[in-house]
Amino acid sequence: MKRTLLAVALAASFAAVPAYAANEITIGMTVSRTGALNVDSTTQLRGAELWRDQVNARGGIKVGGKRYKVKFVEYDDQSQGSRVQQLYTRLILQDKAEFLFSPYSSGLSATAAVISEQYGRVMLVSGGAEEKIFQLGNKHLFQCITSAGHYLSGAIAELKEHDPHAKVAFVYSDDPFSKAVVTAAKKQAEEAGMTVAMDESYPPSTTDFTAIINKVISSGADAFLGGGHYADGATLARQMHDQKADLKWVSILVAPDSEKFKTLADAAVGITVPSQWEPQVRYKPQFGPTVAQFTKEFHAKFKEDPDYHAASGYVGGLLLEHAIEEAKSVDPEKVAAKLNAMDVTTFFGPNKFATDASDHGLQVEHPMVLAQWQKKGGELVKEMVWPDAAATAKVQYPLH
Amino acid sequence: MARRPFFWIIAAVVALFAALPALGNDIELRESLLLAAIYVTLASNINMMLGYAGYVNFGSIVFFGLGGYLCVWLMGSHGWPLAAALAAGGVAVSALALVFGLGILRLRGVYFALATIGVNEGVMAFVSTFQPWGGSSGIYLSPALFQPLGGPARALWIIYYLLVAVMAASLYLSYAVKRSKFGLGLLAIGQNEDAAAVLGVPAPRYKAMVYSLSAFLPAIAGGLYFFKSAFIQPPDAFDLQLSTETIVIAMLGGQGTVVGPAIGAFLYEQLRGWLLTSESFSHFQLVISGVLLLAIVLFAPGGLMGWLYRRWPRLRGILE
Amino acid sequence: MIGLLASLLDGVLIGAVYGLAAMGITLIWGVMDVVNLTHGSLIVAGMFAVYALAGAAGLPVYATLPIVLVGAFLAGLALYWISVHRVIGQPPLMSLLSTFSVNLVLVGLGTAIWSTDLFNVPASLPGFSLGRYTFPGTHLMAAALTAVIAGVLYLFLYRTRIGKAVRAVSGNREAAELVGIPTSQVLALAFGLGAALAGVAGMLIATMFPFTVLSGDAYQLKSFVVTVLGGLGNPTGALLAGVALGLVEGLTTPFVPVSWTLVIEFVLFVLVLIALPGGLVQLWPRRRD
Repeated sequence: MKRTLLAVALAASFAAVPAYAANEITIGMTVSRTGALNVDSTTQLRGAELWRDQVNARGGIKVGGKRYKVKFVEYDDQSQGSRVQQLYTRLILQDKAEFLFSPYSSGLSATAAVISEQYGRVMLVSGGAEEKIFQLGNKHLFQCITSAGHYLSGAIAELKEHDPHAKVAFVYSDDPFSKAVVTAAKKQAEEAGMTVAMDESYPPSTTDFTAIINKVISSGADAFLGGGHYADGATLARQMHDQKADLKWVSILVAPDSEKFKTLADAAVGITVPSQWEPQVRYKPQFGPTVAQFTKEFHAKFKEDPDYHAASGYVGGLLLEHAIEEAKSVDPEKVAAKLNAMDVTTFFGPNKFATDASDHGLQVEHPMVLAQWQKKGGELVKEMVWPDAAATAKVQYPLH
Repeated sequence: MARRPFFWIIAAVVALFAALPALGNDIELRESLLLAAIYVTLASNINMMLGYAGYVNFGSIVFFGLGGYLCVWLMGSHGWPLAAALAAGGVAVSALALVFGLGILRLRGVYFALATIGVNEGVMAFVSTFQPWGGSSGIYLSPALFQPLGGPARALWIIYYLLVAVMAASLYLSYAVKRSKFGLGLLAIGQNEDAAAVLGVPAPRYKAMVYSLSAFLPAIAGGLYFFKSAFIQPPDAFDLQLSTETIVIAMLGGQGTVVGPAIGAFLYEQLRGWLLTSESFSHFQLVISGVLLLAIVLFAPGGLMGWLYRRWPRLRGILE
Repeated sequence: MIGLLASLLDGVLIGAVYGLAAMGITLIWGVMDVVNLTHGSLIVAGMFAVYALAGAAGLPVYATLPIVLVGAFLAGLALYWISVHRVIGQPPLMSLLSTFSVNLVLVGLGTAIWSTDLFNVPASLPGFSLGRYTFPGTHLMAAALTAVIAGVLYLFLYRTRIGKAVRAVSGNREAAELVGIPTSQVLALAFGLGAALAGVAGMLIATMFPFTVLSGDAYQLKSFVVTVLGGLGNPTGALLAGVALGLVEGLTTPFVPVSWTLVIEFVLFVLVLIALPGGLVQLWPRRRD
């Protein structure tokens, strides 16, 4: 027994030593394979993996005259902040990751950012929309997605066209991302002339929304804006349907964007979701795949259509690759400089990072779109309804 | 106390903790030992309630979390220097523990254990809605706060040494209490509270004192840990699972002894570190903790030290 | 006004199910002075059982109740022999820790198998509408079934010989042994019953709300709050206290931000523990228990 243990320990210690290949770039990250965030985190990872596989199929990233293959090292953070810091420290010190991708969600990204900044590593943030982490004086963080404050502007603009004096209920998960979104959205709603009928947050682990929905009904609200991540968003939609809340307009964050949301059947009809990207967008890329190419290749590899998390995962890698090629180096400072100077359009849309010390890394160009689930010939389809220039269908208002 | 060999054993262990990472500038070892030091601190302090007085504090993590919040808030929102924030955190949490304690310590056994869970969950629910402390988003610290300590790299070393000092203090405190009249009274309470009271042990006062005392060092450890993390939010600060693991550690090493929790903490941290990254086993952390604890409770309630003492009774004279 | 009424009524419905869960804890506590910390896992087991039976095996949802009941009962028997039997009679700390450790194992295994994905049981019944408010049919059914089960339990404890034996052992174990009652088996039976109640409560909760492997903790905590409110060892008290807690939740939610409900519950919990160890039931004149 003792000898077996010793053998196992020895084998494990060998496994722990990273295979050090010469022309290789290691990118470290944690993924929420389990925990409340796992649905969206997994999709984000898939987007990144597609990028990695395509880059390696081409021979690797061009750094000056040489080509470097990309290697991922990832650990499961179980959607918990307490593991994130330990794991990112390990990624940097033990796995010698040269670059980092953020975990999924603003909260976890904030925790990881502390470590990446302490060790001076460039980190691409594809899954964290909250602005706060960029306002603490960082030098190496880069946000690839639209920040939280802009999430619901499209929904509010669209709602304003139909009912400028709507009574809005804001009900959202008590987490950094959702709070940031709603704080900004409330201001936008009031400026547009709407009334805030209700403003309440619920603990992220809530599974029973009966009482809250009753409260929404009591408040006389016409519109519902809020939610959080996948689990609570989906449950809210289902229970609002069960309790016949009959609101004229419902925008829920994150959850309705996932293909899984289709399983809600009738409860999904009419629900809108602010999105970073949809397969129907029409951006013309300066480099990297086109929208159609990305969608097709993702579908071919994963047998399902990509959502915006997948796209943001991919674009994190794409922008990093572009910066490394421009810098002709893997030195973090040089790559960071190129990222700072970047002002490009890819299949994901325009990307430009703030360079001011007060909000370094914040995404300043990328816009949101609004999608809605509609019933077309008995089938549930996600259509883009805002902005008008990008719309693929007319918006359904009121929902019922 | 300095004449007893155990005093020097503790000193040697502390010296190892301090010297080993510094020798090779081994940051990874330092990170690993830092976690071990926190476990030792938490386990030693909970041991005073659990092992000496026989009271299970399921929610002991509330001290760690509150200490963390106070320190981070004082430094972040009010610009206090680290030392002052830590001291204030420690004192405030101890005082709060005294107040809570006076309320719940009149409960016996199971009722007390349940109440401690209630206190932890209640505090977490409250802090999640308390906006001055960031509510559920928590508090972020700007990296600029590391500047007075000489920049992030140097600050991390300083924090480490401070935590080693806190760990040393916990071990010495545990030892000193055990050898004092106070400690004797606690042990008597643990054996049979009513008999102890009849014999003149001021049980309510002693219980409140040990509860408050067991809050002080964990609060400071919490302040250091969350300062280092530069980010604190309720689920991380009041992690009931960590509380659980602390109990497992104290029982594993041998409740009621001074060295037990330390050994238990060290062993457990090694195990945990391995499980953290193991693809297939990372979920078995809980399972393994559970199996360990069950085995100890059913077959070896004295833990590792209990077993060692039975095998080699001479050790009792040297270790505590 | 109707809104408040709707809130209160719904609170009562859901509260009844909390009461059922709490009865599981309080029964075990009353009979053998053991706080069953595997309670949460048994609730989750009930949830997964109905998910598997109704979803995969395609059984009608409510028909799974007897299966869950029996299955949970057997699980309870097994748990008794594994973790509780050896520590009966020892300080309560030991049984606390032993059931606690088994819970860790169960939750750990559950997470390893099912991850922390969200699961839904496809249960839907026509609801009952009151003005703009609708009471989901599943809530009504759950409350109705709770009443039935509570009634059956009462009959069992007070009208059967085995029930009498259970009450005897809980009253005075030594005396019961002297009279020839096989106490170990009675204890195991009582534990099994408590587990069965937990499992069924889980099944009913699953018909109303989505769940994950980790849901057990929250419901276990709620069960404790209810148990304490009702007085440890008092099944009737537990049921009433569950309804009372549901009422409290229903009462506070319309007026207070939802996130404060938890704080209020815990403050109530600790206060009742300190001030009224016999539970709220202590407050009104004792009826026949």
